[in-house]
Amino acid sequence: MRTLSVLPFQHCSSVGGASSFNKSFIYCYTTKPTFSSTLRFKNCTQFPLYTHAVCSVTLSEMTTEQRERERFDVEKAGLLMKELRTSFNSGKTKSYEWRISQLQSIAKMIEENEREIIQALFEDLSKPQFESFVSEISMTKGSCKLALKELKSWMKPEKAKTSMTTYPSSAEIVSEPLGVVLVISTWNYPFLLSLDPVIGAIAAGNAVVLKPSEVAPASSLLLAKLLEEYVDKSSVRVVEGAVAETSALLEQKWDKIFFTGGTRVGRIVMASAAKHLTPVILELGGKCPAVVDSKINLQVTARRIIAGKWMANGGQTCIAVDYVITTKEFAPNLIDALRNELKEFFGKYPMESKDLSRIVNPFHFRRLASLLDENKVSDKIVYGGQKDENQLRIAPTILLDVPEESMLMKEEIFGPLLPIVTVENIEDSFNVINSKSKPLAAYLFTDDEQLKKDFVKNISAGALLVNDAIIHTTVSSLPFGGVGESGMGSYHGKFSFDAFSHKKGVLYRSFAGDSSTRYPPYTPEKERLVKALMSGNILGIILALIGWSKD
Amino acid sequence: MEKMEEIEGSIADLRTTFRSRKTTSVAWRKNQLRGLIELVQDNEQKIAKALYQDLGKHPAEVYRDEIGIVKKSANHALSCVEKWMAPKKNRLPLLYFPASAQVLSEPLGVVLIFASWNFPISLALDPLIGAIAAGNTVLLKPSDLAPECAAFLQETIPLYLDCNAIKVINGGADVGEKLLQQKWDKIFFTGSTRVGRIVMTAAAKHLTPVTLELGGKCPAVVDTLSSLSDIKVMAKRIVGGKWAACNGQICIGVDCVLVEKKFASTLIDSLKRTIKKFFGENPKDSNSISRIVNKNHFDRLSKLLKDPRVAASIVHGGSSNEENLFIEPTILLDPPLDSEIMTEEIFGPLLPIITLNNIQESIEFVNSRPKPLVIYAFTKDETFKRQILSETSSGSVVFNDTVVQYAADVLPFGGVGQSGFGRYHGKYSFDNFSHEKPVMQRSFFLEMEPRYPPWNDFKINFFRFAYRFDYFNLVLLLLGLKK
Repeated sequence: MRTLSVLPFQHCSSVGGASSFNKSFIYCYTTKPTFSSTLRFKNCTQFPLYTHAVCSVTLSEMTTEQRERERFDVEKAGLLMKELRTSFNSGKTKSYEWRISQLQSIAKMIEENEREIIQALFEDLSKPQFESFVSEISMTKGSCKLALKELKSWMKPEKAKTSMTTYPSSAEIVSEPLGVVLVISTWNYPFLLSLDPVIGAIAAGNAVVLKPSEVAPASSLLLAKLLEEYVDKSSVRVVEGAVAETSALLEQKWDKIFFTGGTRVGRIVMASAAKHLTPVILELGGKCPAVVDSKINLQVTARRIIAGKWMANGGQTCIAVDYVITTKEFAPNLIDALRNELKEFFGKYPMESKDLSRIVNPFHFRRLASLLDENKVSDKIVYGGQKDENQLRIAPTILLDVPEESMLMKEEIFGPLLPIVTVENIEDSFNVINSKSKPLAAYLFTDDEQLKKDFVKNISAGALLVNDAIIHTTVSSLPFGGVGESGMGSYHGKFSFDAFSHKKGVLYRSFAGDSSTRYPPYTPEKERLVKALMSGNILGIILALIGWSKD
Repeated sequence: MEKMEEIEGSIADLRTTFRSRKTTSVAWRKNQLRGLIELVQDNEQKIAKALYQDLGKHPAEVYRDEIGIVKKSANHALSCVEKWMAPKKNRLPLLYFPASAQVLSEPLGVVLIFASWNFPISLALDPLIGAIAAGNTVLLKPSDLAPECAAFLQETIPLYLDCNAIKVINGGADVGEKLLQQKWDKIFFTGSTRVGRIVMTAAAKHLTPVTLELGGKCPAVVDTLSSLSDIKVMAKRIVGGKWAACNGQICIGVDCVLVEKKFASTLIDSLKRTIKKFFGENPKDSNSISRIVNKNHFDRLSKLLKDPRVAASIVHGGSSNEENLFIEPTILLDPPLDSEIMTEEIFGPLLPIITLNNIQESIEFVNSRPKPLVIYAFTKDETFKRQILSETSSGSVVFNDTVVQYAADVLPFGGVGQSGFGRYHGKYSFDNFSHEKPVMQRSFFLEMEPRYPPWNDFKINFFRFAYRFDYFNLVLLLLGLKK
């Protein structure tokens, strides 16, 4: 009863919060955003349609700006490290209060700057506001709120309950921060993939340096500006930059490196971490397959695939559906359904749709264009295929039965191209998937229980999701991370806390109950006793090792 | 070159076996664990003999630290493996209804284990237990510095375990290097920081996750104790954790002791007495103490003592016999902190005692050095215990004892910082060699329309409430009662 009476009150307060939220949101719709922090922001906002010309203007301005700025080199990185180390050693980041206050500030930062975040994402990726809101703002806020709510219980030492407790000893596992950690983030979800690990690192009590991706410059700049404003500068820092800055950072000795990005750079990160014996978490990608059986609700399946491909930042997502596998027989039905739903979602002219992200930059545009232009690939397009380099847009494109050895089927696509691979029997899809390196996620659409079971048993991937795509990332109780080529280590929810913590085993013994059995001189009697104790059971061994006196 | 072919052939076999999926069954895992228990049980004598030849280890130490440990771990895994394998159900928020989620532990694939020479049997078989329990195929590379044990493992393992799934390869650094060129699904390494770096660098090429079990200077902080019986117990446990465990050649051995000036002489006296009690007047004649593993390490340790400033600080022992590779239990009082004996991990029978004005200073002492694998602290002061726990960092902490934490299956065993990363023992071993695969299942029923474009305010509001799990407002919104 008590909870019942409290609930309506809570809702009232959130109603109030929501309505004021809405106003600011609508404001964003109707008024031209007024960014004044830098010149390049102004430039961009005056041209809502981000053209290639604007892109190069801002790039050149950025380089001059950078030239003016002092270079961030190894020496600077060393100084930064020293500063953060001092701050960490002072012990302040370890306190519950510090962690909470920082997490609260981050929550507040997101709440107060929704507009700016949406704007930056629009500049960097033409990300639709809805997507920005759902996959960046809400997700980040969600993990912040969860950490705020659960931190106390996460920090509690875990009692190790065993037979040990029956002896004069007790044991517990204490979570302690690792120290000064580095988070290298990426450009496709520049806010979520920067702040989510940072939240974990702060929750675990570490000092953090965040290196956002230079490929999403507006987001990178905004992150740098906002974090400086909202969180404790002595322990949480942002270093903007590209290869040179990252290399300078990697020269330092970190207590953990959390990297999101491609496998190539992942290798470099891990190799430089090896020099200092720094543990790493690598969040990479891979070709995430979606197996589509014929026993399905076709419309729902098509919609969910679209959600997991084009509605996920135009396919520029590490867990986006990379390719579809279905039977020869069923492929035409699936293509029809995808076609219909695509039309409904993005209209007749998807190149003009505001509900699709664009390609991040000319480099990636050309990479994707070359995938499409490859011999024996271009004639396999069954839907879409339009591209516009000036606007960095590629229409949702479906290809049927492209050659297995084409780049499109070899490399992670990371864009709006969806090849459909056909097989005779749906079970053959397992061989297709297992012939490639382990993906970050694998999806299956079917109502066939046996197929589900076989899929779960035979497919190794970072995560498996049946009858949907992508949404497993929103479940904070599931670990998120890769296996094999798709990465190592996991995070989200408590797993983020654990990722940045050391689990310290603590054993308490008393001076009582000491036995001479464990000590030399080893006499035949002792030897016999030890042997007898050990040949029996665990109890015997613990007895002997702990030295519960028996002689 | 021949070796390379052998390695590639072995890996190909292991990969084929893994693909056949037989190692994933409970029955296979249990059979192998039983086989492992039989292996150590049937070969107690042989193991003891090999260890005597490699390290001069007394059979009692062999039972306590090698055979017993392996049997205990294998038995524990045998009784728990089914429980560990069981999928973990997850509760999903109502928003996802109808859906279910679970986390499955699946084997990583073909894994490589590098064992070390100081506990050549347990440090080879203990990780192996975890790898088997998790359903992997394994290539084990024992240390060539304990050649008898390495030969024993290579000969005996195929007799007891599935030789298509578990293989042993012997050799020196050249073989290790060749192994590292291959692509593994996990590398488990026990050894030095120097080689640890090489292992991780090689692993980076293939994005292979690694566990590094390294060492470090593990201090024993000894508070001033007043009760005579406590002092006795403390001395026994320090002497036990230093010289009675492979004569100090152990990664969790007591590397040095930190003590208050006023208590130093009491401590040294009682250590001396205990050494005498354990190893007699002439420790070199004692059969209860291991020898130094080889000439290289003997020279390394002798060199530590050659520094005249260090030699001057010897307060007990100090003699050695090159022929028998024996170094006497040696205690040093306040050797210079910049001498090699205080900057490098000792890994041998030398025990420096560092005096402090106040035992609180030990915290700063520990913090100014790389993080050790373990901190031992002998104290009855609860505040000081808490202080050690919260103000220092180490792989683990043990109060009022030494080395026994290795046998506790309930505690994760592993380092932090320079002492390594990744953890094992008990369920942690299983987890170490597993990938936790989340599996989420949804149905086609109940489609959430606001998920899809074209976007509008209604859909944005929907997610605003959905992400807060604010079902009340969600319902209002859906009923059109809310804008």
